[in-house]
Amino acid sequence: MVLVAATGIVTTFQARLVIDPVLPLGTMFIYLVAAAFGWMAAQPPPTLEGFAPAKVGSRNVMAGALAGLLGGLSVGLLLVVMTVFDLRGVFIELSPELSEILGFGMPVAASIVAVVLVSSLAAALGASLHLLPERPRHSLIPALIWVVVFSLFTDLFGQLFTGLSIDFLVDLLYTSRGGPLTIVGALILFTVFVAVFWYLGGRERRLRETVQSMPKERRIRWQVGMAAIVLVVLYFIPQLMGPFVSQIMVTAGIFLLMALGLNIVVGYAGLLDLGYVAFFAVGAYAGAILTSPQSPAFAPELTLVAALPFVMIAAAFAGIVVATPVIRMRGDYLAIVTLGFGEIARILLNSEWLSPYFGGAQGITNIPDLQIGPFTFSTPQDYFYPVFLFVLIAAYITLAVQKSRWGRAWMAMREDESVAEAMGVNIVTAKLSAFVVGAILASFGGALFGSQIGSVFPHSFDIVVSITILVIIIVGGMGSVPGVTLGALVLIVLPNLLREFSEYQFLFYGVLLIAMMLKRPEGFIPSKRRAQELHSEELSQDSWLEIYGEKGQAETVPEGTV
Amino acid sequence: MPLLEIEGLSKAFGGLRAINGLDIHVDEGEIVSVIGPNGAGKTTFFNLITGMDGPDEGSIVFDGQTIVGLRPNQILQLGMARTFQNVRLFPAMTVLENVMVGQHSRTKAGLFGAIFKTPSQRREEAAIEEKAKEVLSFFGTRLAGYRHDQLSMVLSYANRRRLEIARAMATEPRLLLLDEPTAGMNPRETVELTELIGQLRSERGFTIILIEHDMQVVRNVSDRVVVLDHGVKLIEGSYDHVSTDEQVIEAYLGRPAERQG
Repeated sequence: MVLVAATGIVTTFQARLVIDPVLPLGTMFIYLVAAAFGWMAAQPPPTLEGFAPAKVGSRNVMAGALAGLLGGLSVGLLLVVMTVFDLRGVFIELSPELSEILGFGMPVAASIVAVVLVSSLAAALGASLHLLPERPRHSLIPALIWVVVFSLFTDLFGQLFTGLSIDFLVDLLYTSRGGPLTIVGALILFTVFVAVFWYLGGRERRLRETVQSMPKERRIRWQVGMAAIVLVVLYFIPQLMGPFVSQIMVTAGIFLLMALGLNIVVGYAGLLDLGYVAFFAVGAYAGAILTSPQSPAFAPELTLVAALPFVMIAAAFAGIVVATPVIRMRGDYLAIVTLGFGEIARILLNSEWLSPYFGGAQGITNIPDLQIGPFTFSTPQDYFYPVFLFVLIAAYITLAVQKSRWGRAWMAMREDESVAEAMGVNIVTAKLSAFVVGAILASFGGALFGSQIGSVFPHSFDIVVSITILVIIIVGGMGSVPGVTLGALVLIVLPNLLREFSEYQFLFYGVLLIAMMLKRPEGFIPSKRRAQELHSEELSQDSWLEIYGEKGQAETVPEGTV
Repeated sequence: MPLLEIEGLSKAFGGLRAINGLDIHVDEGEIVSVIGPNGAGKTTFFNLITGMDGPDEGSIVFDGQTIVGLRPNQILQLGMARTFQNVRLFPAMTVLENVMVGQHSRTKAGLFGAIFKTPSQRREEAAIEEKAKEVLSFFGTRLAGYRHDQLSMVLSYANRRRLEIARAMATEPRLLLLDEPTAGMNPRETVELTELIGQLRSERGFTIILIEHDMQVVRNVSDRVVVLDHGVKLIEGSYDHVSTDEQVIEAYLGRPAERQG
């Protein structure tokens, strides 16, 4: 909690009210951390097969409260230290403003007591969630989350309600459009959501079972129907959401497109490419040069559609250029070399030397809007559709290739490169093709990006882009299309929607990554095989023969074989 | 003309001469066992002929073609497949997929076909699956039915060995190299596999080189036995001839009284 306070998040968040006027975001956030720790401290031990599940009782709540107490004490200590010394020289975020927030504006002594009490209470509450029976627990927690969501995304919901012309909801729930929730609004939302989740409890699974038990023909019809509904909803999203949200969706879509491409390279073929942004840059620049009249050296002024085949060729060529030197490299070495390529691409584009061709730091501007037949795409709402189309294409390719000869060859190469080669897979072709497919998908993203923004600059192709895409895949679930989609939504849409968060975007990525690696290393929605792989100890029939022990050391003979 | 002819094969790792001037030939349809103490160079010998390691000296001629310097996948293409002493499957792929990878070199559909689902790609994909299932059926019910869709990492140790053989069979080889196929199996499974090795030749027509420590297996299946020690061929001949040789007993088998322990 001290750490959280010291980073300055609390101060920044304080400006935003969750529920007017009683609960500012900063306060909520810090005690949410307390509650989360309480919940973790009170977690009952895992139930072993054949044993009765551990009794959950007051002991767990006590453990939670204790965690909160310790957290509260440390914050209290921080308050004392802050009053006695001025720490701002070292920790600039430890401002008097912060102590005011942490201490509820009370004098030091009283505030310490208050902090300790409130944080213990928050943690105990977090812990006591374990005590609730399943059904209320599964309706209370989501309801709370949804209330917070409604408050945080006040812009979004304001926009949505206006779009659906149900403006009165805005007046009912919020103090103003884009403002925080009122107390009444929060209570209404909470009640509604508890009711909804209470009603849903268990019904969702039953619905799924009904669908699965349908005869095949009806099931397919049902699924097609659902897909149609989703498509219709997606069709209206941009209209309802307005330019701000649409822009975020377009950005997320472009990242998703690239994530699907990188998923083939890393998730399927096992080639850790840290310079993936280079292909994004190739796509953006190829598109810009071919379409913009401002292109410095060579300006054929094609339409983007006509330019796409050439963009693909350029990307494929770039894929081969990057892949060729790394053909005989594996693992870490490959990662480092590709990292280098990513940086080289950016520096070359930025250089004076190549500025007669790529415009140097000025980049290429005046890229025309996408035009298909009579339709011109100019606003973010318009761009939503082509981006969505390309994402669909990428998702289809990913799924189609998975169950094919080359998909299997890539996976075999990921599992054990030398054995794959000994079983007839041509490693050179396999690596080249994985890089080329990944590069082409990224180049589509780049071309759309350039045309939507209207200009390309070298600084847009920073290493951070590569890393963000990689984090999307890891958090979402490597090798799984729904997982990668969810990853892109969570990691791109959320930080952009929550203006306060964007400053701490990478801090959140870091925390999220650590939490994921500890709790769910396979990602949010993992592919089936990866989930099994990472939990193989529980599955393996003969756990004495650990897969991983075997892999690394080629010459160790497992016990008992000679 | 022999199927595989090796002359003067040598390989050193630093100062250690793992293989030293080895001459071996294998005729079509033979089952040849290679035995010898640990560190005699048996697995190095396999690595050299399958192209996973390059020899320092010597020639390897397979089916009239010299294969020194070829990549492992090119050698496999010519019709030579192997299994590994320390089972090396593709753990996160299903049993069926593991075997289907074996068909890679015998098929040719490209990415284009996979994306546009061309008729020829679909036909080939169906044929690959059929072939894989057929190969797995060689092991009876051991790797049949629900096992097809299990990840290979959940298999028992004996089944992993069987799956490795199936994967090698799916590459449609002429020469099959088995590296300690019965290691880690119980006596009953060993007997079962010994029979299968015989069937690999009689039903499938494979020529087989076998590295094996279990002398029962060696006696039951081999036409010829080659004994390696310190990278040098000690002796070769029929099982009876080899197993009574003084040198072999000294270097590897040990005296009957010692064998008890």
